[in-house]
Amino acid sequence: MSQIETISGRGIPLVGADIDTDRIIPARFLRSITFEGLGQQVFVDDRTQANGQHSFDLPQYQGAKILVVNGNFGCGSSREHAPQAIIKWGIQAIVGESFAEIFLGNCSANGIPCVTAAPETVKQLQTWLQENPQKAIDLDLAAMEVRWGDSSAAIYMGEGPRQMLLTGTWDTCGQLLQNRDRIESTASQLPYLAWSH
Amino acid sequence: MSKGTLFDKVWDLHTVKILPSGQTQLFIGLHLIHEVTSPQAFAMLRDRGLKVLHPERTVATVDHIVPTDNQARPFADELAEEMMQALENNAKDCGIRFYNIGSGKQGIVHVIAPEQGLTQPGMTIACGDSHTSTHGAFGAIAFGIGTSQVRDVLASQTLALSKLKVRKIEVNGTLAPGVYAKDVILHVIRQLGVKGGVGYAYEFAGTTFEAMSMEERMTVCNMSIEGGARCGYINPDEVTFAYLKNRDFAPKDADWDKAVAWWQSIRSDADAVYDDVATFDASDIEPTVTWGITPGQGMGVSELIPTLETLPESERAIAQEAYQYMALNPGTPIKGTKIDVCFIGSCTNGRLSDLREAAKYAEGKQVATGVKAFVVPGSERVKQEAEAEGLDRIFQQAGFEWREPGCSMCLAMNPDKLQGRQMSASSSNRNFKGRQGSSTGRTLLMSPAMVVAAAVKGEVADVRELL
Repeated sequence: MSQIETISGRGIPLVGADIDTDRIIPARFLRSITFEGLGQQVFVDDRTQANGQHSFDLPQYQGAKILVVNGNFGCGSSREHAPQAIIKWGIQAIVGESFAEIFLGNCSANGIPCVTAAPETVKQLQTWLQENPQKAIDLDLAAMEVRWGDSSAAIYMGEGPRQMLLTGTWDTCGQLLQNRDRIESTASQLPYLAWSH
Repeated sequence: MSKGTLFDKVWDLHTVKILPSGQTQLFIGLHLIHEVTSPQAFAMLRDRGLKVLHPERTVATVDHIVPTDNQARPFADELAEEMMQALENNAKDCGIRFYNIGSGKQGIVHVIAPEQGLTQPGMTIACGDSHTSTHGAFGAIAFGIGTSQVRDVLASQTLALSKLKVRKIEVNGTLAPGVYAKDVILHVIRQLGVKGGVGYAYEFAGTTFEAMSMEERMTVCNMSIEGGARCGYINPDEVTFAYLKNRDFAPKDADWDKAVAWWQSIRSDADAVYDDVATFDASDIEPTVTWGITPGQGMGVSELIPTLETLPESERAIAQEAYQYMALNPGTPIKGTKIDVCFIGSCTNGRLSDLREAAKYAEGKQVATGVKAFVVPGSERVKQEAEAEGLDRIFQQAGFEWREPGCSMCLAMNPDKLQGRQMSASSSNRNFKGRQGSSTGRTLLMSPAMVVAAAVKGEVADVRELL
């Protein structure tokens, strides 16, 4: 598990509010016992309808690492298939106006920062990316800023997920298991465990 | 910061440790799993050589992919069959209780846990499904998680989480005839927005919720997530206790009194502090339907579809997207919109009282020509109880199909799907683009009673006119 401090790479804008996880990965692709192959199916219905004009199909954005979205991105279902599909397409970080909570948690658990920025910053960045698809942007989680061209702006994220990325502890499983004794002592204080199974 | 709420009390009781990141390691009292979001979690455990720490605190069932017509094994859909077998094997290998098809206890995970009394006040409950908020109806802190978190719960019975703020949503007054719990929550989401609840737990309080049955409360809490709130809850009271009494997993004998006393103690204090409060009047709520592509795009059935000018600036882009996708015109009535498919079911509205209420309107009526209408009970137990009351015959005589339990067309992972541009009246919870199985299919969310009205008229209708 690596420490994640700065992500640098080309960006891809995806304009639109309330893009839900059913759009990110339609339910029919959840009929699998693995997360394999989801990268090809990401946004598949939106892409079909956009007839080649969806950001994820435009040649200039192939190989991009940083996705720039608008408000309430990832709302809806808890399916981790959604971040998995985005990750498998090649995305390593997401900047947006706001994120749905379960989606954000799923990204964090996979070492993918979801950072928010002011709506005007997101808009500027999306416009700049439309004009400069080949130029890299930097997402700096230590300084909490995003840098592009000659500009920079503040980014925000919860301190918990941020620390987990910075210290390389975003895969929580091992960490949680270290506290076995405390887990059992907490359980012993819960009256219902005695009567509810 | 909130203080003295049920959320604070239950959170504190379940706190194992504050992690170096500042997040809380939270003990999970009940873990529910199903076939879609668990196989990868079990695979991760195997890869890491880990075991399920407390298999007795996890309960499994199968709901998302099950066909609702022919449930004979192997399923016609090979992928669904593979998922089914993976869950059967994982449950068996790890010693996890599994309610399989035909057990009499299978059904939508958020229907079966409450009906068996597994869901209780004061618990923390997690499940790899966003509608886990349903269980908050009992005064539990219940929320949806992703697959990596399912892995964490299986391995450690805990999760790393940031504490939520608490918003009290108070609704007072009596609901008019024909107005249901579904209308209340659609109204709340319409007012507070689909992202209004991000970062919050919703506490539903006030006389309107107090007067609701447990099943109605579940409908409300179920859709908290549609308003952005990962969990929603209602303080436990006599209605809660009466529902739980004598359920399979409810405390018995001397434990019962101890349990009730404890459940009382975890209620939000009278002087509890909330991060925010929003208040609504029940008399302002009429039968509500969605007209767009988010659950927040709702309207009273007698209103006109909102025009751009009447919407806040921030909602106009998504409204425009919705007019186009739905092919509905701003400034026109929703009433009279032609309906192709009517679906009654889901974890929102697939319980016995939902079916009873729907049957009341369906009795002696006929589904309009050209409309496909079907009822999917939320669980095997709901189906059995409904049949014992003859609800199946009422629906079938009216022209509805009567199906086997499952999630069905709510998310269309099974063969129940919209075709092409079909417009559906649905008692489910999401009207997202493509949600019901066709990438161009359209969904109008409404109460089960309103779905019956739409089925009978062949178009969106006001259920109050059928009263």
